[in-house]
Amino acid sequence: MTTSISRRAFLKATGLTIAVSVSPLGYRLLNASQAEGALKAFKPNVWYEITPDNIVTMVIGNSEMGQGTHTALSMIIADELEADWKQVRVKQGPAAKEYINPHPYLPLQITVQSSSVRMFYEPLRKAAAAGRVMLVKAAAARWGVAERECEASKGTVIHKKTSRKNTYGELCLEAAKLKVPQDAPLKKESDFRYIGKPMARLDTPAKVKGTAVYGLDVSVPDMHYAVFARPPAYGAKPASFDEQAALQVKGVVKVVPAPMGIAVCAKSLDAAWKGRKALNVKWDKGALPQMDNDFIEKTLMEELDKPGSKAMEKGDARKALEGAAKKIKSTYFVPYVAHTLMEPINCTAYVRKDQCDVWAPTQGQTVAQLVAGEVSGLPPDKVKIHTTYMGCGLGRRATPDFVAEAVIASKVTGKPVKVVWTREEDIKGDRFRSATCQRVEAGLNGQGQLIGWYHKAVAGSIMKDINPQGIKDGVDIMSLWGLVDYPDSPDGNRILYEVPNLCIEFLISVLPLPVDPWRSVQNGPNAFVTECFVDEMAHAAGRDPLQFRLALLKESKGAQRVLQVAAEKAGWGKPLPKGQGRGIAQHHCFATDAAMVAEVSVNEKDGHVKINRVVVAVDCGLAVNPDTVEAQIQGGVINALSTALKEEVRFSNGGVNSTNFNDYDILRMSEVPDIEVHMVKGNDKMGGIGELGVPPTAPAVANAFFNATGVRIRRIPFTPERVLAAIKEKKA
Amino acid sequence: MISLNVNGKNYKVDVSDDVPLLWVIRDYLKLTGTKYGCGIGECGACTVHIDGKAERSCVIPVKEAQGRKITTIEGLPQNHPVKRAWIEEQVVQCGYCQPGIIMQVAALVSEKPTPSADQIMSKMDDVICRCGTYPRIKKGIKTAVQMAGKGGSKS
Repeated sequence: MTTSISRRAFLKATGLTIAVSVSPLGYRLLNASQAEGALKAFKPNVWYEITPDNIVTMVIGNSEMGQGTHTALSMIIADELEADWKQVRVKQGPAAKEYINPHPYLPLQITVQSSSVRMFYEPLRKAAAAGRVMLVKAAAARWGVAERECEASKGTVIHKKTSRKNTYGELCLEAAKLKVPQDAPLKKESDFRYIGKPMARLDTPAKVKGTAVYGLDVSVPDMHYAVFARPPAYGAKPASFDEQAALQVKGVVKVVPAPMGIAVCAKSLDAAWKGRKALNVKWDKGALPQMDNDFIEKTLMEELDKPGSKAMEKGDARKALEGAAKKIKSTYFVPYVAHTLMEPINCTAYVRKDQCDVWAPTQGQTVAQLVAGEVSGLPPDKVKIHTTYMGCGLGRRATPDFVAEAVIASKVTGKPVKVVWTREEDIKGDRFRSATCQRVEAGLNGQGQLIGWYHKAVAGSIMKDINPQGIKDGVDIMSLWGLVDYPDSPDGNRILYEVPNLCIEFLISVLPLPVDPWRSVQNGPNAFVTECFVDEMAHAAGRDPLQFRLALLKESKGAQRVLQVAAEKAGWGKPLPKGQGRGIAQHHCFATDAAMVAEVSVNEKDGHVKINRVVVAVDCGLAVNPDTVEAQIQGGVINALSTALKEEVRFSNGGVNSTNFNDYDILRMSEVPDIEVHMVKGNDKMGGIGELGVPPTAPAVANAFFNATGVRIRRIPFTPERVLAAIKEKKA
Repeated sequence: MISLNVNGKNYKVDVSDDVPLLWVIRDYLKLTGTKYGCGIGECGACTVHIDGKAERSCVIPVKEAQGRKITTIEGLPQNHPVKRAWIEEQVVQCGYCQPGIIMQVAALVSEKPTPSADQIMSKMDDVICRCGTYPRIKKGIKTAVQMAGKGGSKS
């Protein structure tokens, strides 16, 4: 059904437009001027166009939330097309089936799992190569010369013998009449002009000027505003509220109870807020009024002893442990953390009788469209999703709860309505990174070799709300990423260590807190557990943590390479002053290997942990834009340092107690160390990069802390109080 | 009616006088480069210049901004060294916090043309970037200082 939207846009093309269709079976290319009949046969999902004004416009369905995808995808097309970078523009595509992510486990238009560049790299090159061949063919025909005598270079086709030259703009209409070659030859990597070079981002100028439009910046004629009075505790229902008082506030037009709270719609944001205050909602106590941080931790710990589901099993871990010469057993805890995206959650919608427009900072156009259709009562093809820039995404913006709110508010008022969450609502109403409690037992033989590993994890279910059918026999793979992945997933979010007997058991926690992916999904918390535990095993075996890891990663060349590079660049093994420590960790996810060495100082008097230096080695195969790779890795490391040192959502009375950046603080500039990023190009396949900085960071810090103090703290964040308590306990 | 002078232009706005300046700039004057991040002056996304000083527009009632010279990101010249340095060093990721951060840095280098590392940190710890662009912000500040041609401090 959505084909009709894109077909219209497609046929509006006035130059040469190439579309590309991707499926697990391969891809096919299409010339827009021949589209009418052909479009029924296949579904293009990303395309570009060249117009007579000599502009190459990339229409990209992926969201740009800071990760640099729009620029990287444009670089791929521009390079293979032999376009001049100066003639390249980017347009955000609508929600349409044609933009569905080719990842086998992501049959949606969605920007997650560090997948955009690696999944579209090949098909986009094919699409661009086809366009280049057609432009050359058009020029050769115009000049009456052989194609092989013509060369495409930087947005022009040149015939050297006769010194003739035409721009792509001059050739595009003639090229548009030609048939699209299905297997145009690709450029050699050594001939790349842009791919692999640090390129300036296309979105930087508008973002520096202040003119880039984010969700909160959307403005529609006659736009109204809505804010929701939300329950202070999970499951709380309104006992009473004063609708009349709210309606008496100047500018308030409507008060509407909805499943997520009570909406106050008004002509201005100020009026909506004043109306919400006047509403004076009294709430009941909710589902679990006794819930606070202690209750949460206790519940998760108790759940560790309840039977779970086997998520994977190899050999017989229990038996191996029984016969082990040495046993190690540790329990870890990672708390709930919030996304705190700088742009708080918001969305604008306008529902009419036969159409619904949604302006959303969304990572997930397909689900946004489905939800808007469901709530408005319109078929999805009547819903138009306008994706804005977004002030960070981190996974939170793939869930369409905010879309539903804007559509409800527009539907009841008949106006275009912008729903705005305050920072307090953004934190209290967040869908957190799940807390997790995990117990790991391992056995070493007489030679200190790992022979058995038994792992039990309890966490919230990520799929429960977004893909409940994906939960099989109590196993939520997304909550387990980093430990277990789908056997055939190209991401490989699983334990790489070679252990003959491994068993991973999982239990979905009963706690009612909503959870979502949070940069790297549960690879972050799960890698904290595995990498701290491997460090403990190395120590128990009396081995160097680097050597102990390498010995267990014989089959994983990528992991070996990044570990060795990180260790070498960081000066692994060189002595450090007293009070300082060095820790190492590695993790493989989203098809990329990353390893890290962190150096910390611990002040045993005030409990302060200072990160002095972080050295990262990363192997994502070919790095399309190395400048972005560095920036993304640094960003991921900083997010994870923030969780390692500071972040933990506070709960009380059955709800969220944290309110704003004054009591939920994140890492600030003076706390950020030098972060060196070393790119190792060893892997043949291209891997993801956006989330890779996160997983190895917290365990590298924890292991460095142990190296500095001899004390293991098996939970984050490493706050001064926790550090002091742990050091005191050890001395006692 | 509230009278405001923003980026050299005079505006009259029909808005109640307790509305934070931020929302008047954004929703009434349609200058949306200035961002909402926290509403309590903790994150700096809303930073504008008032009479040349970096201020948090989310906690200033609009009536207090009357009669003062307000500059937003849109009013900071495009060739301002901080804007140029931000492009040169490719500081931006999502970019949402950057207008506020740029305004914070512009005020800092205008007050202290060669800021020390401590002076930089004490000002920059008042702003938040969730993408983690801090290493590039540090580079951007150095470059901006050099571009301003008023020193080129290495600190």
